[in-house]
Amino acid sequence: MGEEVKLFRTWSSPFALRIVWALRIKAIEYETVFEDISNKSPSLLQCNPVHGKVPVLLHNGRPIAESLVILEYIDEAWKQAPLLPVDPHERAMARFWAKFGDDKVLGSIWSVFIKQGKEQEEAMVPAMENLKFLEEELKGKKFFGGDTIGFVDLALGWLANLIGLLEEIVGLKVVDGEKLPLLSAWMQEFGDAPIIKDNWPARDRMILKFQALRDATIAAASK
Amino acid sequence: MAEEVKLFGMWASLYSRRIEIALIMKGVQFEFIEEDLQNKCPLLLQCNSIHKKVPVLHNGMPIAESIIILEYIDETWPDNPILPRDPYDRAMARFWARFIDEKLIWVSWDAYSSKEEDQGKAIEEACKQLKALENELKEKEFFGGDTVGYLDIAAIMVASWFGVMQEVMKVELLTEENFPILRQWVEKFVDCPIVKECLPHKEKMVEFTRVLLKDFLASR
Repeated sequence: MGEEVKLFRTWSSPFALRIVWALRIKAIEYETVFEDISNKSPSLLQCNPVHGKVPVLLHNGRPIAESLVILEYIDEAWKQAPLLPVDPHERAMARFWAKFGDDKVLGSIWSVFIKQGKEQEEAMVPAMENLKFLEEELKGKKFFGGDTIGFVDLALGWLANLIGLLEEIVGLKVVDGEKLPLLSAWMQEFGDAPIIKDNWPARDRMILKFQALRDATIAAASK
Repeated sequence: MAEEVKLFGMWASLYSRRIEIALIMKGVQFEFIEEDLQNKCPLLLQCNSIHKKVPVLHNGMPIAESIIILEYIDETWPDNPILPRDPYDRAMARFWARFIDEKLIWVSWDAYSSKEEDQGKAIEEACKQLKALENELKEKEFFGGDTVGYLDIAAIMVASWFGVMQEVMKVELLTEENFPILRQWVEKFVDCPIVKECLPHKEKMVEFTRVLLKDFLASR
């Protein structure tokens, strides 16, 4: 009997992309339900009543929300192509870096993106500090997961796409190949890996979306 | 000979208590190193150079972030498991633990600390989130089922912090009237021998919190 796997996502959500990649890496067949965030479906709200967000994975009728929780679930429910390492210390470190990405890196990069002038300069300081930690973590490794893409690569994968887009919109270099050579190389390697590359959202659509978001945020802040 | 397990923590930190409880439940011998948060020791700063916070568990290598440490403990000392076996149940436990740390506490802080004109709405939101957590208990004695598990340990925030904040901020969120099931869980949880042993006295926590928040309280 087949398993029913459904993924609620939006076309642009970097968190949902993590799940797309994981499902593809493990060669799991699934159905996609695209959501419009301004008009969420009753199914999504039923599956994720607490947060009402994407992604949500529905496996044989049971919903799981929160992308890092979903990734761990996928790794436990389907044992092929493991995403997390075996050793408990390494697993703890992988979870730590994924959490660091969400708790610190994302917010600090976003701050740089939505600010201007002196405020933007100031926002660069914590952003660069956070990126330097990631640079250190890549020492001696091709991917955060080692020789192959793993949990942390999927968790931080948004960097490989979004950074370039945001840099283009604000006209500011955030990941400089000279200052952050390992991170720069990882963004290239990860971004070009077959399963990853096939699933990036349409670039021009992303540029329009994030330009609009930046403009709206700046306008709201100046009121 | 194996290096001793060390836990860097702080007496009033409920996040540190989470780790203590888990280690004691598993019968792991460890050394507790009390940190002065105004004057953190170099070893702690080395072990958690990124966040510079407690708790940090050191078992040959340092691990930071309390809910990550809890999983590490469960994987390293598998007897008396604190996480369920089934992947879906594990996912639910992780979801709700993150919910407590990333949503419930912040929403509740807003409710405790909001100005009078905004407080009604903030309280309503916090109660909505508390209700969602209470519903997760369902018919069970503990979040972990018949015994204390990972989510109960994570929910120590609910068992302790809410009571402390009620005294300090003079706002009650976790009322008997609205949350009879969650209140019942709190009573059972704090009554467990290991939890009782680890939780500092409420009066001490209240005093500590009053001092911590003294500038905030003075500005109101």
